[in-house]
Amino acid sequence: MALIRITSPHVHKPVNTAGIMRLVILATLPGLLAMTFFFGWGTLINIIWASLLAVTFEAICIKARNRPLYFYLKDYSAILTAVLIALALPPFVPWWLTAVAVFVAIVVAKQLYGGIGQNPFNPAMVAYALVLISFPLEMTRWTAPFMLQGDGWNILGFVDTLQLIFGGWSEHADAFTSATPLDVMRHRGGLTTEEAWRASDVLANVGAWHAVSAAYFMGGILLLYKKIFSWHTPAAVLISLGAMSTLFYVISPDTYADPFFHLTVGGTILGAFFIATDPVSSATSNKGKIWFGIGIGVLIFTIRTWGNYPDAVAFSILLMNLAAPFIDQYTQPRTYGHKAPNSGLKGKA
Amino acid sequence: MSKIFAFHGGIHPPENKKQSTRSPIRPAPVPAQLTIPIQQHIGAPAKPCVKTGDYVQKGQLIAKAQGRISVSIHASSSGTVTDISPKAVPHPSGLNAPCISIQTDGKDEWIDHQGLDDYRSVPKQTLIEYIRDHGIAGMGGAGFPTDVKLHLGDDHIVNTLIINAAECEPYITADDMLIRERAEQIVGGIEIINYLLKPTHILIGIEDNKAHAIRVLEDALRHTELNIDIIVVPTKYPSGGEKQLIRLLTGVEVPSGHIPADVGIVCQNIGTAAAINQAVNYGTPLISRIVTVTGGAVSKPQNLEVLIGTPINTLLETARINHDQLSRLVMGGPMMGYTIENDSIPIIKTSNCIIAATAEEMPPAPPAQACIRCGLCEQACPAELLPQQLYWFAKSKEFEKAKHHNLFDCIECGACSYVCPSNIPLVQYYRFAKNEIRAEEAEQRKADQARLRFEARQARLEQDKVDKETRRKERAAQAAAAQAIKKTTLETAQTNPEDQIKQLKTAAAVTRTKLKKALSALEKAKAESSDDIAQLDLQYKQAEHAAEEAQTALEAAEKGALVSAATSNAPDIKQLKTQAAVARTKLKKAQQALKMAEEKGHDGVETLRATVAELETKAANAQQAFADAEASNSSSGAASQSSAMLQEAADKALQTLQKAEAALATAIENNSPAADKMQAGVEKLKSKYTEALSALQDNAKTQQPSIQQATGQQAIERKPIDLKALKQNVSIMRTKLKKAEKLLEATDENSAEASELQQEITRLTQLHQEAKAQLDAEEAIRIKAAAAQGIDLKQLKIDAALARAAATKLQRSIKKEQESEQNNLDALQAELITAQQQADKLTHTLSQFE
Ligand code: SF4
Ligand code: SF4
Repeated sequence: MALIRITSPHVHKPVNTAGIMRLVILATLPGLLAMTFFFGWGTLINIIWASLLAVTFEAICIKARNRPLYFYLKDYSAILTAVLIALALPPFVPWWLTAVAVFVAIVVAKQLYGGIGQNPFNPAMVAYALVLISFPLEMTRWTAPFMLQGDGWNILGFVDTLQLIFGGWSEHADAFTSATPLDVMRHRGGLTTEEAWRASDVLANVGAWHAVSAAYFMGGILLLYKKIFSWHTPAAVLISLGAMSTLFYVISPDTYADPFFHLTVGGTILGAFFIATDPVSSATSNKGKIWFGIGIGVLIFTIRTWGNYPDAVAFSILLMNLAAPFIDQYTQPRTYGHKAPNSGLKGKA
Repeated sequence: MSKIFAFHGGIHPPENKKQSTRSPIRPAPVPAQLTIPIQQHIGAPAKPCVKTGDYVQKGQLIAKAQGRISVSIHASSSGTVTDISPKAVPHPSGLNAPCISIQTDGKDEWIDHQGLDDYRSVPKQTLIEYIRDHGIAGMGGAGFPTDVKLHLGDDHIVNTLIINAAECEPYITADDMLIRERAEQIVGGIEIINYLLKPTHILIGIEDNKAHAIRVLEDALRHTELNIDIIVVPTKYPSGGEKQLIRLLTGVEVPSGHIPADVGIVCQNIGTAAAINQAVNYGTPLISRIVTVTGGAVSKPQNLEVLIGTPINTLLETARINHDQLSRLVMGGPMMGYTIENDSIPIIKTSNCIIAATAEEMPPAPPAQACIRCGLCEQACPAELLPQQLYWFAKSKEFEKAKHHNLFDCIECGACSYVCPSNIPLVQYYRFAKNEIRAEEAEQRKADQARLRFEARQARLEQDKVDKETRRKERAAQAAAAQAIKKTTLETAQTNPEDQIKQLKTAAAVTRTKLKKALSALEKAKAESSDDIAQLDLQYKQAEHAAEEAQTALEAAEKGALVSAATSNAPDIKQLKTQAAVARTKLKKAQQALKMAEEKGHDGVETLRATVAELETKAANAQQAFADAEASNSSSGAASQSSAMLQEAADKALQTLQKAEAALATAIENNSPAADKMQAGVEKLKSKYTEALSALQDNAKTQQPSIQQATGQQAIERKPIDLKALKQNVSIMRTKLKKAEKLLEATDENSAEASELQQEITRLTQLHQEAKAQLDAEEAIRIKAAAAQGIDLKQLKIDAALARAAATKLQRSIKKEQESEQNNLDALQAELITAQQQADKLTHTLSQFE
């Protein structure tokens, strides 16, 4: 009988990292459907393109770092990053922009830091922030929701979209672009919110954005239900953002957008459920996650309202990524049998 | 039904318990060979008391408990001891340990045994001893000697007894089956534990997946008068962990680094309760236990009653093992058990389960992936740790950080590893880190000790050198002085009464020896009826005379000395005491001799009687002198002595009180049910303390006048009250006062507590002031005393501090000098030495006053 010495425990819950990643990817499906429905084929094409790039870059890096290729590729983490990038980018960004973003995410933000689990910043957000700063023109060219165009589906079919993305931008496409609601809100000149709502087509069609957010929300709830992450981060993000915007909206409804607007347009929901919850770059303990989430919510409102970039989710998350290790130091949970949690770098032994 | 207090985390692994509960408990066959390790418990191994070749009966003691934490071992069946040597034993380390091997004879013959008729009639100590002698150790997990836990009633207030029947590990059903079939044994055992620990209530914690057992237990408890609650807890691993169960049932958390008894709780495993019952009521030592034999590789999973020392393969055969399917053999449960490679390993007192698992059941762990910090481990950890952080720290060997993240509160339950999606063997990392830290600390301790030893040696050598030097000087001085004195004191020495007495004593002793010799010679001669008896007789008489003379001279001298001593200013009480004692002994001896002589009708009786009478007066005199001297002295010395004693008693009482109060505070904070009882204890201690204090104060009062009268000089010598203690007293009062004030602030102004608190504060204020006044007075006395000698104490203090500072400064500059390798080092060093001397001198003077 050949028995080997193995330490406890001897049973293991049938979960694995790849499974978790797959589930998260799956949970983005409703959002993807909504995006496609309202904004056309672009997002889907981007997802496929980004995933191909991501797997390639990841494979090259793993080979270069002399690690077992299949073992690391099968964890689906690269694909998840690619999907998140593609969902965050405008639907018709040129192919090379996506490539730059994926390269930054996988090679710079992840592998150079030591691969999965080691990255201090969320790779998708690093990539997003970088391309946003580097290519502002392309990054603000969102399509108007197709609903707006009436016959949008006929004008911009699948092949047209491919051409648009890989062939280059044509004048023909300009007809479809428009600013995002956040853009409009931010750069509305001297108008009050009330007037802006009445004046802008984009804002009149904000329903498309609400619908996309609702779809992401569903996916997020699924993950919560599956206990992939705990409620702390998303709840803290949404509640703090809601509280901030309510406060200012009550003070001056003319100057500030209403809380519902803040919560449902832009990347708020996607960020709160799919990106801020990235465990690698977030705070650790439940208490820490709450602080982490509050920070993100407050920053989103601050940057959106007073900053230069209308959408602030990426910057907020990156800034809080930076703060996560610090938060961790002060938010150890109280261990069984201890009166108070330890905190700080070192305390009583 | 009591409330249940959930603990954080926990997991729900597949239970796999049904398989082994289908058939009743069956006895396992007696194996041909028993291998009984002499250490099956935590603590010191038992000491074998049989040797190879001995015939032993079932239940016979074969190894005796050694030391306080240890357990006796008994033969599980009759047979011959074949061997006492190290063998493979069940232990996670897989190491060998000494075992007693017994070749069974198949008769299974019991030694005479019989329980106690009524354990309530035996003293508790004896009963606990009895349990220890019957080899009872905790049967749940670690095997902690049960008797040690039963002693906890002595120095802890135990108000809750928890019987652990949770059995939360998957697969194991030994306790479940025990309850189903032998509930009355369990109740009997609980009654005994109850008698020993006297808890106010007893809780049995059991998971809700044992419906049958719960029913049986409820029935069985109907027949007992004890106040026992069965508390059904939800099935969740690790609810059977001691700390977790305590929290579940009572809501109390055992403070980190403490034992449950510190919060008034004692836990016992349900199997242990049954074993105690068997031992006390039937005299059966712990020689068998119920073991669950289960797993996919046995076709008849079941519970067996197994003799301790039975090899595992016997059990596997009984349960129809299928060797082809066996891939992993686990002793204990799947969460915390360990694998064994060798199926001839014996069952011991703590073995509750054997799992013969197939490869599908317990597949080899896939290679670990990177931690994605998903936090699933954190959600599962019952100790509320951050397993992922601990893992990072253990991996990067940042042990300080790991400790800071409470690594040592990890109970190694394995819940985190169970849920980790990256398959990281987290527990293994924690074990590694703990071992490393322990090793490091041991190393550190060793190094510290070595350093201390080295320093001590250096100091000793240094001191030796100094001593030698002074001795040499002293000798030289003495020699010179002696030379001078010798000439002048030759005559005067004679008059020194002490010297005289010494000389006389020697003379008397010499004559006595001579006398004795003469006597023995005389007797010898008489016996041999030799001719020179007459001459010898004469010699003897002469010797006797000389001895008597010497003795009288000595006595006279002594009397003189005594008188002079009594009249001198400083009567040496000690000496007087000794003299009185000596006189008494002499008297007694003489009396005995007299009695003997009287009985035998000797003719020396008369003289002896006279001696006795004389001695009697002498003894009386000596006693009187002693009493006088003491009386004259006691007014000062004795009083201060007793006051010191009283002070000490009061201090001790205060210490105990403070400790108890602290314990109470923790208890209240944790909502411990023990709080009430502890409160009572604290009250008692408080009254004790007040008693001690008042006694002390009374004593101080009687002394007060003398203190006030005392001149400075006397005050210094007397040192009746420790200044430090006084200072401490003042600060204690201050803190107490502050606390009370704070409390008052927090409480409602109009409530009854507020007024009570107000009173308390007034009282405390008074006490504080009193203490302060006492301190001030004491300090004033000291300052006065110093002033009497022309020293300003304050100035002295300042000077001393300055001198010390100067010395330190010099030291520092020397160090700097050394580093810069300049050569005015010598000068500096010399300066340092003088500075140090100055500082020492001042400190010394100062210390005389403090
Ligand atoms: S469960 Fe495993 S992968 Fe997840 S945080 Fe804990 S150690 Fe890391
Ligand atoms: S093994 Fe330690 S860290 Fe892991 S769950 Fe149990 S107590 Fe927590």
